[in-house]
Amino acid sequence: MKAVLPFIAVVVFTLLALVGVSVAQGTQVFFGVIMPYAAVAVFVAGFIYRVVQWGKSPVPFCIPTTCGQQKSLPWIKHDKLENPDTTMQVVGRMLLEVLVFRSLFRNLKTELKEGKVVYGSEKFLWLAGLAFHWSFLFIFVRHYRFFVTDVPSVIKMMEGVDSFFQVGAPLFYMTDAVILAALTFLIFRRLYLAQIRYISLIADYFPLFLIFGIALSGILMRYIFKVHIVGVKQLVMGLLTFSPAIPQGVGAIFYVHLFLICVLLMYFPFSKLMHMGGVFMSPTRNMANDSRIVRHINPWNYPVHVHTYEEYENDFREKMKKAGLPVEKE
Amino acid sequence: MAKLPKPEELLKINYNPPGNEDWMERPTELKQGNFCWGAKGKNLATVEFPNARDWSPVDEDWKLPQDWEGIVLEAMADRLSKYRSFKIFMDICVRCGACADKCHFFIGGGDPKNMPVLRAELMRSVYRRYFTASGKYLGKLAGARTLDTKVLKEWWYYFYQCTECRRCSVFCPYGIDTAEITMMAREFTNLLGLNTDWISGPVANCYMKGNHLGLEPHAIMNSVEGMVDDIETITGIRINPSFNRKGAEILFVTPSGDLFADPGTFTAMGYMMLFHELGLDYTWSTYASEGGNFGLFTSNEMAKRLNSKIYAEAKRLGVKYIIGGECGHMWRVLNQYMDTWNGPADFMEVPKSPITGTVFENAASTKMIHVTEFTADLIKNNKLKLDPSRNDDLVVTYHDSCNTARGMGLLEEPRYVINSVCNKFHEMPDNTIRERTFCCGSGTGLNASENMEIRMRGGLPRANAVKHVKEQHGVNTLANICAIDRATLSASMDYWVPGTRVAGVHELVANALVMTGEKERETNLRGEPLPGKGGNE
Repeated sequence: MKAVLPFIAVVVFTLLALVGVSVAQGTQVFFGVIMPYAAVAVFVAGFIYRVVQWGKSPVPFCIPTTCGQQKSLPWIKHDKLENPDTTMQVVGRMLLEVLVFRSLFRNLKTELKEGKVVYGSEKFLWLAGLAFHWSFLFIFVRHYRFFVTDVPSVIKMMEGVDSFFQVGAPLFYMTDAVILAALTFLIFRRLYLAQIRYISLIADYFPLFLIFGIALSGILMRYIFKVHIVGVKQLVMGLLTFSPAIPQGVGAIFYVHLFLICVLLMYFPFSKLMHMGGVFMSPTRNMANDSRIVRHINPWNYPVHVHTYEEYENDFREKMKKAGLPVEKE
Repeated sequence: MAKLPKPEELLKINYNPPGNEDWMERPTELKQGNFCWGAKGKNLATVEFPNARDWSPVDEDWKLPQDWEGIVLEAMADRLSKYRSFKIFMDICVRCGACADKCHFFIGGGDPKNMPVLRAELMRSVYRRYFTASGKYLGKLAGARTLDTKVLKEWWYYFYQCTECRRCSVFCPYGIDTAEITMMAREFTNLLGLNTDWISGPVANCYMKGNHLGLEPHAIMNSVEGMVDDIETITGIRINPSFNRKGAEILFVTPSGDLFADPGTFTAMGYMMLFHELGLDYTWSTYASEGGNFGLFTSNEMAKRLNSKIYAEAKRLGVKYIIGGECGHMWRVLNQYMDTWNGPADFMEVPKSPITGTVFENAASTKMIHVTEFTADLIKNNKLKLDPSRNDDLVVTYHDSCNTARGMGLLEEPRYVINSVCNKFHEMPDNTIRERTFCCGSGTGLNASENMEIRMRGGLPRANAVKHVKEQHGVNTLANICAIDRATLSASMDYWVPGTRVAGVHELVANALVMTGEKERETNLRGEPLPGKGGNE
């Protein structure tokens, strides 16, 4: 089954880091220094490369998918966000799309009941997708505390919000639970729903398991196998200042967490995860529906062979004259 | 021809694909009733298309050119470099499945390869094999597969089962538009001579004779003349439309289907009655006698070649601007492609209604307005004398065409017009109208007769919604602004919701229009007694 192989792969990556740093001292340099540098390099270069490659292909036609009333007569209410006709309105549409997944929010479930097609509300995919992406972003930003000497107040504020319920020691972050719950839903949805299972590829399961592994190892590190946090910060700061050093006794689970992140970064540019960049460049969403107002230029527009009026009249001149139609040449 | 199963038979649909089947292993069977006949060599030759020969999809040997794989892959590389949409849509799909049950063909048939995501994967799998490193080296593990005749036949079967309606793209979180992918597949298949007869025939006709139906100049005039006679019978008014007239203010272009068969002809009569009543200075053209564009279902280049006639004729006749009739994909072309292909239309003026003085700034560049924009403006400014009670026997609902809804956003104009000329109007459920509207099931040149099963399957979601309002409100009339709808919805209504009339919006307008000097009307445009005028009212 398509889910098995990626699951095994993530387990193997985990064991690799776990066993690696435990048995041989030297491998800590590999997992703690070489891999992070390589991963960030691949991620940045790969991401830029992909976006540039997309950018090289022009957008020959103005093809927004319009989802609301066009701008026409002044007394007809124009739906500016669903059918934008200016750049600012497009920005608004894109913000809705990127921040709250507007299109996914429309989702419906189509069913056949007693010979009738019915459409039910289906918001779970939207909700899980939103929960996953937002908690991921929150957690990502929270990690900023490991990258600076003085933790900025905005990060402290985010941590405060995230641990609002003040349970556990260290304080429990809500986003940790949310991301695991959302990922679990997304994985089970893929396995359980016949349509989704049918369309799923190995490349759909792998990132889910991988990110689950990252989240889980992070959570274990924080709440259970407590790692030497000063050492972690030392390592991170060392990497950032290009004077890497491997501190003693950080704990293997940290290396697992870090290695899985490195795998994710290196995998990212070659995968569907590039939707992160692609969503901004999708012509059906990021264009204004103004092609009747302003001429859209196709850079590769070329002359084509047409059947001219003159040729047409030559074909039909006698018939046209007989029917009383005006002709150019008698 | 395959016999069309009964509606009860067709309704046995299973939306759940087989549990452990790998879609790549699922064989493609070209099922009779689900595809169109192959193109005739002469029609392909007329437009100088490659591999022009008579061809039949049911034959084992499709008479492909030598090195057809090379031709396709080269074209694929070319289109990837020309269309950002194609490239991005090949790369960023996450297969979330939001689109899966949004396609009318999937809803009406349950064939898993009609889930938009999987339709696109038919192409993506080949893209990965030849254009991505992972696909090249990991093959099937990376969801890649080799292009061979089996894949080609599968492409042909399923990409000529997509009507480019864009409904899936409304629900996609990244706006992935299957229409863009289908358009590419159709470009590729056309490089191999694999068009259908129902598309290539109209394309050849339109190229040589100016319209899909192949009506020659005198035939167009005869057809219009017949309608003029009918109008005289109904209203007592003789109108005199002009053709190819230089110096007219307005060129009027509408799909040729409106000149040819019921119920489209009633819509055409509607335009003529309205324009006559206004005293509009307009002309028809026999050269640019087609608003629709079957080239769009063939290749970008072919679409441009056919479309060129509209601006060329506007220029030759010296008109100030153009009004376009009721048609769906025609307006996708006019709104999103025409100006880019064949503009700039700087020899014309920004459209200005001679009756109301309204300037249509939203067509400032293309100089072409939709007839419902024009009519809505007239009604809003009280320029028409209307008697909506003449339509009182009609309980109307409105079908948004895919293209005017999702490729333009013309939603309120036709509704405003309908509500002004009819007293009884009811919307279909929200999930089936406006941007979420359903295709008639026969767009993109699928409106042939040999593929009736797939047409009726694709027509199910629309018919289902009509049936709903029929039961709720007694709806008996499905209004629309598309020539293909007028032809194809008639068939799918007869099949799924018998007793439903399909009517263009301007047929309803003309019924209600009180014309200067008309005799007391006894019948509507169809020659049926008006409400209150019949014997048994």
